[in-house]
Amino acid sequence: MTESNNTIGSGKSFKGFVGRLVQNQLFIPIAALLVLVIFNLAADPSFFKITLDQNSAGDPVLSGYLITIVDYASELAILAIGMTLVTAASGGQDISVGATIAIAGSVVLRVLCGTDSRPEKMQAPIIVAFLICVIVSALFGAFNGALVAFFKIQPMVATLILFTAGRSIAAWINNNELPIISDPSFGYYGNFIPGIPLPTPVFIAALCMVVIALVLKFTNLRLYAQAVGINPSSSRLNGINPQMIKFLTFVILGVCVAVAGFIKVSRLSTINYSVVAKDIEMDVILAVALGGNALSGGKFNMTASILGAYVIQFLTTTLLKFKVDSAAISAYKAVVVIILVVLSAPFVRKKIGELRKKITARKVKAAKEGV
Amino acid sequence: MENGAVLEMRGICKYFPGVRALEDVDFTLREGEIHALMGENGAGKSTLIKVLTGVYPKDGGEINLTGVASNAHIRSPQDAQKLGIATVYQEITLCPNLTVAENMYIGRTKGHLTNWKKINADAEKLLDELGIPALATQQLGSCSIAVQQMVAIARAVDMDCKVLILDEPTSSLDEQEVLKLFNLMRSLKEKGVGIIFVTHFLEQVYEVCDRITVLRDGKLVGEYIIEDLPRVKLVSKMLGKDFDDMADIKSESDADNIDYNDIPVYEAKDLTGTTGIKPFDFEIHKGEVNGFTGLLGSGRSECVRAIFGADKTNGGKVWVNGKQVKINKPLDAMKNGISYLPEDRKLDGIVGDLSVRDNIILALQVMKGFFRPFTRAQAEAFADEYIKLLSIKTASSESPVNSLSGGNQQKVILARWLLANPVYLILDEPTRGIDIGTKVEIQKLVLKLAAEGKSVTFISSEIDEMIRTCSSLIVMRDGKVVGELKGDDLNQNKIMATIAGGEGK
Repeated sequence: MTESNNTIGSGKSFKGFVGRLVQNQLFIPIAALLVLVIFNLAADPSFFKITLDQNSAGDPVLSGYLITIVDYASELAILAIGMTLVTAASGGQDISVGATIAIAGSVVLRVLCGTDSRPEKMQAPIIVAFLICVIVSALFGAFNGALVAFFKIQPMVATLILFTAGRSIAAWINNNELPIISDPSFGYYGNFIPGIPLPTPVFIAALCMVVIALVLKFTNLRLYAQAVGINPSSSRLNGINPQMIKFLTFVILGVCVAVAGFIKVSRLSTINYSVVAKDIEMDVILAVALGGNALSGGKFNMTASILGAYVIQFLTTTLLKFKVDSAAISAYKAVVVIILVVLSAPFVRKKIGELRKKITARKVKAAKEGV
Repeated sequence: MENGAVLEMRGICKYFPGVRALEDVDFTLREGEIHALMGENGAGKSTLIKVLTGVYPKDGGEINLTGVASNAHIRSPQDAQKLGIATVYQEITLCPNLTVAENMYIGRTKGHLTNWKKINADAEKLLDELGIPALATQQLGSCSIAVQQMVAIARAVDMDCKVLILDEPTSSLDEQEVLKLFNLMRSLKEKGVGIIFVTHFLEQVYEVCDRITVLRDGKLVGEYIIEDLPRVKLVSKMLGKDFDDMADIKSESDADNIDYNDIPVYEAKDLTGTTGIKPFDFEIHKGEVNGFTGLLGSGRSECVRAIFGADKTNGGKVWVNGKQVKINKPLDAMKNGISYLPEDRKLDGIVGDLSVRDNIILALQVMKGFFRPFTRAQAEAFADEYIKLLSIKTASSESPVNSLSGGNQQKVILARWLLANPVYLILDEPTRGIDIGTKVEIQKLVLKLAAEGKSVTFISSEIDEMIRTCSSLIVMRDGKVVGELKGDDLNQNKIMATIAGGEGK
């Protein structure tokens, strides 16, 4: 997924290992994850209990908070992939992903339901619905991408259009009705496939990660996106087409939105246009930032972003478990965000590094004097 | 303290992790003198300036300012400003969308009400006094770079500075603008201001300075009165060795071997750019080194940008090795074996945060294609080969390129284009802002490439350098080619005359 220098290699000594870890971009998300784990261990170790139950259909399913986390983080992780690329190449963020997820989900339901909003039987194969949803989402991504790349509008302003209009478009696609799919096989993609005890979104997210890892390995997407994000003028003089690369990243994000939207509607077999994936764009952008990626573009670390997505979901689930009022969750998240952002600021990390060095030097001195 | 000194730095030390950037350096600036601070890249000039202006805290030594402070503690640029130390940097740090007067007084007005009428009048008076050709109410962005720089100086002067630091102020100015700047410096000198002048241009030092302090490897080499230190000696002091390489560079080149009846490697007819250049014809042969010269803004960079497809062209035909081709974008040129090292290294050359390795392989990788990335081992091999070949000083090929010094960044871009293995290499100001040692290396490299049968277009603001490396020179004025000089015509007088258009008048 990332260059080998980003993976945590086995250190020769523990100290060298820690030193490398602190400098690693993965340090912040991993540290955040550890803090959450320790907090939960101290507060209520049952948080980590995983049990094998049977669901209403009599199939074995795993349940527990950890399962909930990896399950519900799937959409975040998938979107974080696209958002990382958009951030790297355009130096801005797409704030329309929540609204375009509503569109994507609406398209899926429209294709499956046909003209009847409560069909006995699905009107089209699920794969067809999914592919049409991918195409439509990619087109909306292309719309955003065209505004950013060719009309040179700031990403946040450009995507504000669909942020505002997306949920209305989603409602319009289904004539403002709320279609419901009664066929249980549609629910497999957002819940469990009979016989498999892990939620399906986990597998879909894993598949997306494998795909992006392969894309990054077998194409120059990483190099091009980074080069364009850092210095578009120089990239152009080296034969790269910066506009096409920016455009491409938005289309990729569109495809990610399609997958996330498909999972979202499959979870409930229906859609609520105004609520589905609400505010998810903020969580996704937070995941990218938490992964230590500069929101102003340039270099990126995909693993860190994806890890960031899981940390965000871990936090949300922890807060829900402790019965924090859902309206207050944002405030708690904000506190965590402040801490993380301050910790990951280069200035603070440098200070921490200096402090660490001083402590080591003092220890060495003490050891010498002891001799 | 020495008589007449406005600034004394004694035994200044500055350490960075693993590096002694400054060790026991003394520097004295006297009232009303222009004092050049010279040294190669990495000699410690910038560090010394940064210690003086409070950007870095010093690790040892003391700074005395006559009548203001002895053993002054300068902890921030604001402290320095209060003590009367003003700095004008190479890059303009003013606001181009404000007026000249606003720029001169921004952040210095007292109270909430500002009397713009008075400020404009004050500014006008000062501009007049210093002979700066700008109006107080004019937008700064509409002035030339030279005038903007002078406004920055005027701002410093008005803040009652005793010490004025000019850090590479001339590198983006043309010769006439440099003269204007020098006049301004001289008039400030008469007012008793001490000026520290940091530059790479030896000629300018000898034109305007009174004294020279030379640094090498973070240590003081010595302080000299300008008359006592001829140019050759200065260079050898800076390099720490005798330097006769410069003189015999040309003898290595073999201009006679070029076959001008051959099919040109690159040929253009009536090529027209959209950036204000008139249609021009141009050809270059195998093994030839030619140059474009002319004042800044004469269109020499625009010409080569048109050749490379960096700017849109509208009209004209182009042949590469006798075959007619269309070059609409840089990739077209690259695929036809043309490479282009741009004039502005920061803006158009390096990709800052990316590693040295990625910067080196970038062009070749793009030519190879989006779906065919080099393996890591291949990329590493390429990078290591060229880091060694051009002796690029970097901690590793993983280091971000913007952590390197200017000269080494330039070498990285050179490496990038050499790796692309071009038949025709365009170098626009490859030696700007880099130290003499690297300059000579680059000039030698150009001649070596030509000897290997490559064609090179070499552009430089320094005519000396062009004469040494080029076998023919195309002279430009106001976007038009006004002459082509070859052989015996390649001398300073003839070139100047052609640039100025003095022929026949």
